[in-house]
Amino acid sequence: MNIIVLFMVAVMAIFVWWVVLQRVTAKTWLEQGVDVDPREADNSGYTPYVAGKLALWVFLVVITSLFLLFVTAYHMRMHLGDWRPLPDPGALWFSTSLLVVASIALQGARYAIVRGQWRLLHSAYAAGGVFALAFLAAQYWVWQQLSDAGYLVASNPANSFFYLLTGLHGVHLLGGLVVWARGGAKLLAGESPRSLRLTVESCSVYWHYLLLLWLGLFALLLRT
Amino acid sequence: MEQLAIADEAYVHHEPTSFISRYIWSQDHKVIAIQYGMTAIAVGLVALVLSGLMRLQLGFPHSFDFISPSAYYQFITMHGMIMVIYLLTALLLGGFGNYLIPLMIGARDMVFPYLNMLSFWFYLVSVLVLMASFFVPGGSSGAGWTLYPPQAILPGTPGQDWGIILMLVSLAIFIIAFTMGGLNYVTTVLQARTRGMTLMRMPLTVWGIFVATILGLLAFPALFVSALMMMLDQTLGTSFFMPALLSQGEVLDHEGGSPILFQHLFWFFGHPEVYIVALPAFGIVSDLISTHARKNIFGYRMMVWAILAIGVLSFIVWAHHMYVSGMHPYFGFFFAVTTLIIAVPTAIKVYNWVLTLWQGNIHLTVPMLFAIGFIFTFVNGGLTGLFLGNVVVDLPLSDTYFVVGHFHMVMGVSPVLVLFGAIYHWFPKITGRMLNDTLGKWHFWLTFLGTYAIYLPMHYLGILGVPRRYYANLSTDFIPESAQDMNVGITIAALFVAVVQIVFLINLVWSLRHGKKADGNPWGATSLEWQTPETPPAHGNWGPRLPVVYRWAYDYSVPGASRDFIPQTVPGKEGREAEGESQP
Repeated sequence: MNIIVLFMVAVMAIFVWWVVLQRVTAKTWLEQGVDVDPREADNSGYTPYVAGKLALWVFLVVITSLFLLFVTAYHMRMHLGDWRPLPDPGALWFSTSLLVVASIALQGARYAIVRGQWRLLHSAYAAGGVFALAFLAAQYWVWQQLSDAGYLVASNPANSFFYLLTGLHGVHLLGGLVVWARGGAKLLAGESPRSLRLTVESCSVYWHYLLLLWLGLFALLLRT
Repeated sequence: MEQLAIADEAYVHHEPTSFISRYIWSQDHKVIAIQYGMTAIAVGLVALVLSGLMRLQLGFPHSFDFISPSAYYQFITMHGMIMVIYLLTALLLGGFGNYLIPLMIGARDMVFPYLNMLSFWFYLVSVLVLMASFFVPGGSSGAGWTLYPPQAILPGTPGQDWGIILMLVSLAIFIIAFTMGGLNYVTTVLQARTRGMTLMRMPLTVWGIFVATILGLLAFPALFVSALMMMLDQTLGTSFFMPALLSQGEVLDHEGGSPILFQHLFWFFGHPEVYIVALPAFGIVSDLISTHARKNIFGYRMMVWAILAIGVLSFIVWAHHMYVSGMHPYFGFFFAVTTLIIAVPTAIKVYNWVLTLWQGNIHLTVPMLFAIGFIFTFVNGGLTGLFLGNVVVDLPLSDTYFVVGHFHMVMGVSPVLVLFGAIYHWFPKITGRMLNDTLGKWHFWLTFLGTYAIYLPMHYLGILGVPRRYYANLSTDFIPESAQDMNVGITIAALFVAVVQIVFLINLVWSLRHGKKADGNPWGATSLEWQTPETPPAHGNWGPRLPVVYRWAYDYSVPGASRDFIPQTVPGKEGREAEGESQP
C-alpha cells in the first residue's frame, strides 16, 4: 500500500500547497471590496477552454489513482507464492510503437492547429486515431496469442492482472477515441478548426498520458 | 475590466420550455439537485424499512416467518450499502453539492451542465440496478455491507450468484456517476467563482463539499478496483482475493488469493468515505450555526485548515478498520496514532461550533435545533471512536454492538441530522415556501431523543459482549437475560423513530402547497444563494448580471451596521454606508 499512500499524500499535499498560495492566511473578515481577489489583476481563467483543460487534468489524476491502486494490488498479490510470470510477448513492443506514433501524430495535429495548417491538421488528427485503433487491435492480437498458448485469464494471477490492466488501459483509450471521433465528425462537417482547438489539445494530452501510463504498465509487466 | 464567469454564457441560451427538457432531461443544476435528492430520499426510505425489519427480528426473534436468516443478512447488507453510498453520499454531494455550489459561489450553473445531467442518470441507473437485485433468483447479496471475500461469493451466502454481481455492477456505475459529478464540482469551484469570491470568502459549506469531492475522486477508484477484481473472481474464476479453500465439501478452483488485499482496498476507500460524508455535513452545520446564532463563525481560517487537515489524514487511517484481521503490531500502533491525530482537527471544529454559539443571539429555529443536535451526537460518536481507535480496546469491542452504536451515532445519525437541518434551512429557497415550524419541532425532538434511545443502549450491550451481525441473540452464559429486554426497547424506539419520519414527509408535501410563503432571505443570511433576484432562483440564477462579492460570508451582528447581517454583495466599509442609506 506504500505506493498508493505516497501518491494520495502527494496529491493532497500539492492541493494543500496550492491552497496555501491562495491567500489562505488572509483575514477575510477585515477586508472588503473586490480588489483583494487575485484574479482581478491577471484577468486570466474564466473560459470554457481553461475549464476544459482543468477538468481533463483532474480526470488524469483520478485515472492515475485508479491504476496506481491496481499496481499496489499487483505488488501485494505478486508475493503470495503462486505467481508464475508470463513470457514477455514480443508483440507488445510492436503495439507500443503504434501508440507512440499515435501520440506523435496528435502532437502534430496540435502543432498544426496553432499554426493554421489545416491539411496537416486533418491528416495528423486522422493518423492519431487510426494508430490508436491499430494499437487496440494489436493488444487484442496479443491477447489471442497468449490465450492460444494456454495463458488463460484465470489460470494464474499474473495472467489475470495482465488481461485486467491491458484491458482497462484499452477501455480508457476507447473512451478517448469516442471524443476523437466526435471531434473528427465536426472537422469533416466543416466546422471551423479553431473551435476544435480544445478537442485537439485535450486528445493530444490524453494520448500522451495514456502512452506514459502504458509505458509504466509495460515496464511493470516486463520487470515481473 | 469586466470579467465574465464562464457560466455567464449559459445565460445567452434560451431557457428550456418543454416539460421534458425542463424537468426530466434537465441540465439545470437546481433541477438535477432535486432529482438527486428525491432519488436518494426514496432509496433511503427503502433502507429505513429494512432497518425496521432487522430490529423486529432482533427484538422479537422467531416471531416473523418471512425474516429467515438469509433475509436478515440481505437486509443488513442492503441497509448499510444504501445508507452510506446511495443516500448519504448522493444526497450530500449530488443533492446539496449540486444545488449550493453554483448558488453560493455566484455562478449560473455547473461548468459542464451536460456532464452533470449524465451524472444523475448514471446514479439513477445504479440505484435501479441495486433495487433489481431484490428480485433476481437468490435475492440480493447478504455479504454484509463490506462485502468481504471469500464469503461474499461463496455458496451459503445469500445472493452469492446474482445479488453480488448486481451489487458490484451498481457500485461501478455509481462510481462513474460520482466521477462525472465530482469533476464538475471541482472545476466549478475553481473556475466559476464570481468576481470577488476568493477561496477564503467561500462559505464553509462549499469548502466541505469541495474537499469531500476531491477525497471522493481519489478514494472511489479503490472501491472500483476492489469491485472489479471481485467481479472477475466471481465470474471468470480468477484468484485475486480468493484463497484455496474447501467449500461445502468441495475443493474450489481458486488458489492463493488474499482476502486481506480486498480489505486494504475496501477500507482505503471506506475510511475516506466517512469524511466524504462528514466534511459536507461539517460545512453545512457551520453555516447553519453561524446564521441562526447571528454570529460570525468562530475561527473561519482554522475551520478551513481543519477541513484540509482531515482530508489529508483521512488517507492514512484506513487500517483501523482491520485490527481484528491481524497486523504487525507496529502497523497497529501507527494506525492508532494517526487515528488519534485526526481527532485533533475534528475537535477543533467542534470547539469552534461551540464557541460560535457562545454569547450568540441563538434563534432556536428548526435548522438550528438540528445543528445543535448534531453537535451532541457527533461528540458522542466521536468519543467512542477514540475507544475503538486503540488496538487493545478495539479487539474485544470490535464484533459487538458497541461498534454499531458508535458508527450509527457518528456516521448515521449525525449526518442525517445535518441533512434534516439543511432541508429545513434551504427548503424556502428551493420551493419559495417555509416548512411548518410546529411539525418541524416535533420531528426534531422525537427524532433526536428517539435516536438516543436506540443507540445509547447499544454501547451498553456491546460492553456486555453481545455480538453484532447475529441473526438472533439466544441465551448464552455470559449475556444476561435482561439484554434481550434492552433489545426489545431498542426495537420499539427504532420503529417509533422510523414512523416519526412520516411527520417529516407530510411536512414536505403539505408545505409545498400550503406552507407560508417565504421571501428571498427568510433567515437573514449573508451568503449569495439568499441574494438571488427570484425565489426559487430562475434558470441562470442571477438575472442579467452576476453578483459581485465584497466581503466574507459571515458578517453577522457587525457593530454599527443597521441590520444584524450584511450580505456578501453589499459594498462599502463594513457595509455602513450602504446600510446607512436605508436608515431614517
